[in-house]
Amino acid sequence: MPTPIRLRDLIRQIRAARTAADERSVVQKECAYIRTTFREEDNTFRCRNVAKLLYIHMLGYPAHFGQLECLKLIASPRFTDKRIGYLGAMLLLDERTDVHLLITNSLKNDMNHQTQFVVGLALCTLGSICSPEMSRDLAGEVEKLLKSSNAYIKKKAALCAFHIIRKVPDLMEIFIPATRSLLTEKNHGVLMTAVVLITIMCELSPDTLAHFKKLVPNLVRILKNLIMAGYSPEHDVSGVSDPFLQVKILRLLRILGKNDSEASESMNDILAQVATNTETSKNVGNAILYETVLTIMDIKSESGLRVLAVNILGRFLLNTDKNIRYVALNTLLRTVHADTQAVQRHRSTIVECLKDPDVSIRRRAMELCFVLINTNNVRTMMKELLAFLEKTDPEFKPICASKMFSAAERYAPGRKWHMDTMMKVLTTAGNYVQSDVVSNLVHLIPSSNELHAYMVKQLFRAISEDISQQPLVQVAAWTIGEYGDLLLQPDAEADDPLKVSEDEVVNVLERVLASNLSDIVTKEYAINALMKLSTRFPNSEPRVKSVVSIYGSHVNMELQQRAVEYHALFGRYDTMRAGVLERMPLCDIKKNMSSASLHNGVSNGSDEDLMPDDMPVSKAKPAQQQQQQQEQSSSGLLDILGGLSAPAPQPSRPPENNLLDLLDLGLPTDTSTMPTSLGTQPPIAPAPVNNVLDSLFTSQPIIAPALLKSDIPLITVFEKNGLKVDFSFERNGDQLTISLAANNSSSQSMDNFMFQAAVPKTFQLQMMSPSGSTIPPNSSGQITQIMRINNPTKQLLRMRLRLNYSHGGVEINEQSEVNNFPTSVWQ
Amino acid sequence: MQFMLLFSRQGKLRLQKWYVAKQDKDKKKIVRELTTMILTRKPKMCSFLEWRDLKIVYKRYASLYFCCAIEDTDNELITLEIIHRYVELLDKYFGSVCELDIIFNFEKAYFMLDELLLAGEMQETSKKNVLKAIAAQDLLQEAEDVQSALEATGLA
Repeated sequence: MPTPIRLRDLIRQIRAARTAADERSVVQKECAYIRTTFREEDNTFRCRNVAKLLYIHMLGYPAHFGQLECLKLIASPRFTDKRIGYLGAMLLLDERTDVHLLITNSLKNDMNHQTQFVVGLALCTLGSICSPEMSRDLAGEVEKLLKSSNAYIKKKAALCAFHIIRKVPDLMEIFIPATRSLLTEKNHGVLMTAVVLITIMCELSPDTLAHFKKLVPNLVRILKNLIMAGYSPEHDVSGVSDPFLQVKILRLLRILGKNDSEASESMNDILAQVATNTETSKNVGNAILYETVLTIMDIKSESGLRVLAVNILGRFLLNTDKNIRYVALNTLLRTVHADTQAVQRHRSTIVECLKDPDVSIRRRAMELCFVLINTNNVRTMMKELLAFLEKTDPEFKPICASKMFSAAERYAPGRKWHMDTMMKVLTTAGNYVQSDVVSNLVHLIPSSNELHAYMVKQLFRAISEDISQQPLVQVAAWTIGEYGDLLLQPDAEADDPLKVSEDEVVNVLERVLASNLSDIVTKEYAINALMKLSTRFPNSEPRVKSVVSIYGSHVNMELQQRAVEYHALFGRYDTMRAGVLERMPLCDIKKNMSSASLHNGVSNGSDEDLMPDDMPVSKAKPAQQQQQQQEQSSSGLLDILGGLSAPAPQPSRPPENNLLDLLDLGLPTDTSTMPTSLGTQPPIAPAPVNNVLDSLFTSQPIIAPALLKSDIPLITVFEKNGLKVDFSFERNGDQLTISLAANNSSSQSMDNFMFQAAVPKTFQLQMMSPSGSTIPPNSSGQITQIMRINNPTKQLLRMRLRLNYSHGGVEINEQSEVNNFPTSVWQ
Repeated sequence: MQFMLLFSRQGKLRLQKWYVAKQDKDKKKIVRELTTMILTRKPKMCSFLEWRDLKIVYKRYASLYFCCAIEDTDNELITLEIIHRYVELLDKYFGSVCELDIIFNFEKAYFMLDELLLAGEMQETSKKNVLKAIAAQDLLQEAEDVQSALEATGLA
């Protein structure tokens, strides 16, 4: 076989190849050649061939057939061979191949070699590619080398031990005895590797951490010597002596001082010294300061030191080097919760960073800004953040908008400012706003009564110019639908009074519906709004009706269904239209939604329609959540009451039960979907409900009379601790009406009073709303509640009661059974 | 440190040192991903980025990118110094190093790295000591080569 070509000639050949195909052919030819030579067991040139193979491997070609050759090289007595062999082992083998186990013997031999460089090679390889098995086999050898007198070997052994411990933490104990003495060395390499070794031991095992705590004075002394020692050319980097060692020591001090006031105490001086004496003109100095700041923040340092640390970070923020600014922002973000006051001082610098050219710096500055917002600075901060929102990358806009919303909600100095700000957010962030912001805003608007007119006018102005921004259009459509009548009222005080006619408003909504820019959700909002306007704008009714009927044949199922139902509402159920389309009542489900957005800024069912398929007015999804919660709590009650099951032992959710009950009796059965969905409406303030119901039905008594007139005697079912509950009865065939009266003769009032009851399976129980939830003391008032029981089978009536209330700050839960119903009640 | 990569402006890998065990195809994927990510960054951007759960520290020297992946708890600024130290060592060794030196003498670049870092941590903070060790090992090699040359021609 001719002499194999030299490595550099091969490299030259490969680089000379013009195309990828050329290169591939050169490589393949050489690989084939190399494979043949390997088979021929040629010792002389094996080294050269493996080197070539390694180069080929780096280019990305497979080279696994060289693995065994590496082993042969390692076993060779020549240093050159070993060098390439070990390099090959480190590059071609990894823990998962079986071949590497075969090296273990060679490694063991080489670790006992006379030449320190061979020992070094072996340790280096072991520190690179050891598997758990290899670690166990060779840990003893490494430990022996750790005690060698040769600094070169010692430092490599220390790092090798470090690697082994990370792989197999159990082996830590072997190395602990030898480690302590390492810190007394003068050699910086040994010192450094010793510190690294001790650090990993302390990180992995709290016991070892305790064991090494006594090293703190030693470490402090070493660090001090480093700083004070003056110029040492060997270890100097830009005027700082051995910054690498300083950083490692600082890191170990951090771990030793965490949660330990005594240790932290002893470090205070040296940390202050390092913080004040280090040169900050070059990156090295800043690297040390950075590590110092991290250490100060983590240990139990005194407050002066912490302020010093935050000030260092503040100075970093002003540094021209972007890397330093990045590092400062990162660290501030991590520590701002602990030292908010100190960080506030640097707020203006952080706000400046919002305009930094580097995107990761901008993002960190944004997050930091959100954490720093408080009631004092909310106005200025929001202004800056709005400017940021405008220019930032699309990937940040949703998060920024959602966070701005929650921040505005928490710290808004006034309702009007809040609304204005939210409008600006919507217009600036455009389509990037997540739908949780939309729904939150929609819940927010009804809560500020005085601003309805203002908001509806603003929103109308906004969308009459531009309907491309979906979230804005959605909020605007909803608001116009709800408060469209306010839009028509002239507003003399405003600087620019908006004169708008019904037709214009309907035009806008129609445009939204028809436009290609609007997505389906927006169109759904629009059609709902239009429908609501049919009652608010009396003149536009025929127009709305015609628009709605057009959409009855729309391609999208959802839209079509709504249009058809609304059309039906115009037709047969016209009498109900006014009631159904009444103003939405205030709901406190806002709490659920805003807490969700605060925590993860993810929308609750993003593109999913917030409104149920068949319910025009209410937002059923949040209500459904509540409904589910209710159902869960009612099933809980059933469990507690020990299986006396009843179809509807309702926990006191007053208005809903009212509605369910009354509408159940009243509505025609075709729109059977209507009552149930109306029943899922969120709790409504009593007033509007009564209006609605009054217009629809003969009024039903909602508040129970104190006593039912009847010849059935009343019974006391519960009397304890001043609380007395009486039942009075009225019988009407199978139906029994019980009125309960709860009295409080104690000297303190009973709040959050809740009465629950369960009856046997054969009965049907319905609970009406109680008159209130607080029983005033000293029998000055009472709570009344009505229950209806159906007893078709005329069985013996039994009942279990559960009473919850808070009395004098103490939560009281009572349970009892009622077995003493008069026979005339159930027979 | 979990790994160090050196690659050219065209995305060609010049050196890869892994301090964690990974499968070959994973390594390839990571190299590809990081090279593209770093090559698309503009010169004004900062030297650190977040990738998976690691921090990537990179610095460009002439036509070569030196890229290190460190853990979340490591100090980025000192890693920049480590990279700089490595470049200084190569510079001293090759005498004003350029990319070609690293291409044609890749095994020497590896040897130098192995004298500076072990298991991802720095083992020697003195430039002098590192260069001394490399020089001594090179001498050993040369002595062996001379010996074998002499043996081959029958003079030893």
